Amino acid sequence: MNFFKKLFGKSPKEAGVSARGMIVFHHTAEVIAAESLLKEAGMEVQVKGPPPSLRTGCDMVIEFPLISELEALRILNDAKIAPIQVVTVEDVLLEPVSLFHVKDFGDYLMVRAANMKITVSKQNQEIVNISGGGCPDVPYLAEAMVGKSLLSAPEPRTLGKTLCGYALQLAYKEIIRQCHG
Amino acid sequence: MSWLIVGTVPYESFPLTEDICILEKDCLRIGEQRIRIARGTPALIAAACATADVLNIERPRALLVGDTGRGEGSRRLYDCLADTADKRSESGYSFHYLFPDVFRHNRILWKLESLSVKPMLVADAGYMYAAKMSGFASSYTLFTPDVGEMAFLADSQAPHPFYTRGFLLRDENRVPDLIQQAYAEGNAAQYLLVKGQQDYVACDGEIIGTVSEPCVAAMEPIGGTGDSLTGIVTAFLMAEYSVSEACMRAARANRLTGFLANPSPAFSIQDLLPFLYKAAESVLSEK
Repeated sequence: MNFFKKLFGKSPKEAGVSARGMIVFHHTAEVIAAESLLKEAGMEVQVKGPPPSLRTGCDMVIEFPLISELEALRILNDAKIAPIQVVTVEDVLLEPVSLFHVKDFGDYLMVRAANMKITVSKQNQEIVNISGGGCPDVPYLAEAMVGKSLLSAPEPRTLGKTLCGYALQLAYKEIIRQCHG
Repeated sequence: MSWLIVGTVPYESFPLTEDICILEKDCLRIGEQRIRIARGTPALIAAACATADVLNIERPRALLVGDTGRGEGSRRLYDCLADTADKRSESGYSFHYLFPDVFRHNRILWKLESLSVKPMLVADAGYMYAAKMSGFASSYTLFTPDVGEMAFLADSQAPHPFYTRGFLLRDENRVPDLIQQAYAEGNAAQYLLVKGQQDYVACDGEIIGTVSEPCVAAMEPIGGTGDSLTGIVTAFLMAEYSVSEACMRAARANRLTGFLANPSPAFSIQDLLPFLYKAAESVLSEK
């Protein structure tokens, strides 16, 4: 790494992709309330003007650490604030993963969403394994969910705090759909 | 070679702890702390210790903290390491389950790069996500992604695997293309060990080896089998194998562990660990 990189770092464009996201709301009042709630929760957030493509009448969005999306949405949900959408701070808006891989192991069924996998016993629908992911809530979620039946286990969205937790929530919903239709 | 494994355990009350790793019958001991062997960094450490025993080398040290996803523990660990990194003497680091934090990641990387002899840097899981997001992936010696994470590395726009674009995830047989793309975008370490139905080892944009046997399908759903692979490769690097040789032998040892255990998808990583010793011995005896 050269001297200038060390001294100045890279420009945002050079320095890889954005780790920040934007939460878009219906009303300015929601933005203000949400900012307070998220700051009280210790989250590094800033109120910003949205890019043209996101202007919906509310000319503010909340910029936040994208990795904390699940926790941010839960805080807002608890306060009955429903954002319009969450997007990454990028020129091109990115959609969350919507593609599932389903693998049948005979007595067991596995569903993968992005980097997260959940596997259940077909016989009794016990969650037998959770794998993949890289954020620290993954081992925590696995400890809470593995060994429990699919419908009595805590949902990942209730305990997870990161995008890995969010991906596990999608895999969890899909495996319920696969098992129960 | 002296080595530091850096990661988290899923207990908020677990204090910031650094010590030599001790593998006991059914748990790990780091200093005064006992840790259950389960998926995540404990699985990596357990596999590294078991392989180190077979290789007859000193066990690694670990720097651990409790974090259940809020990131507070990870931030304490990042700050502790950033404050001391330029005074440390480890020959290598394996970074693992940490809350991705690009700013703090950069502080550590710059300190480590300022050392007169730059250590080998292995990254997996959340720390690998931060390394990719930082734009400094090529400063790393080795990344150990699975197929989903490989697609994330190949996607120039994805800040996290959750946002990997669908066309990159659609076909698991496209791993060679994803490897090429990740290198072209500057989002790969010098070496990649891609864990999947077939394991790939790549260096500077070229695939230099593959391992596909023995193939035990039930290994994929078992939480911690990717972590164990990163642990095994860590031990081979500690034993001063070349990076490519360490990756190839680690991939074979991890697969052989699965073959010997003959698991169902309901096995845990702890169920597999006893078979790692024989697997590592077998791989060690290969020419």
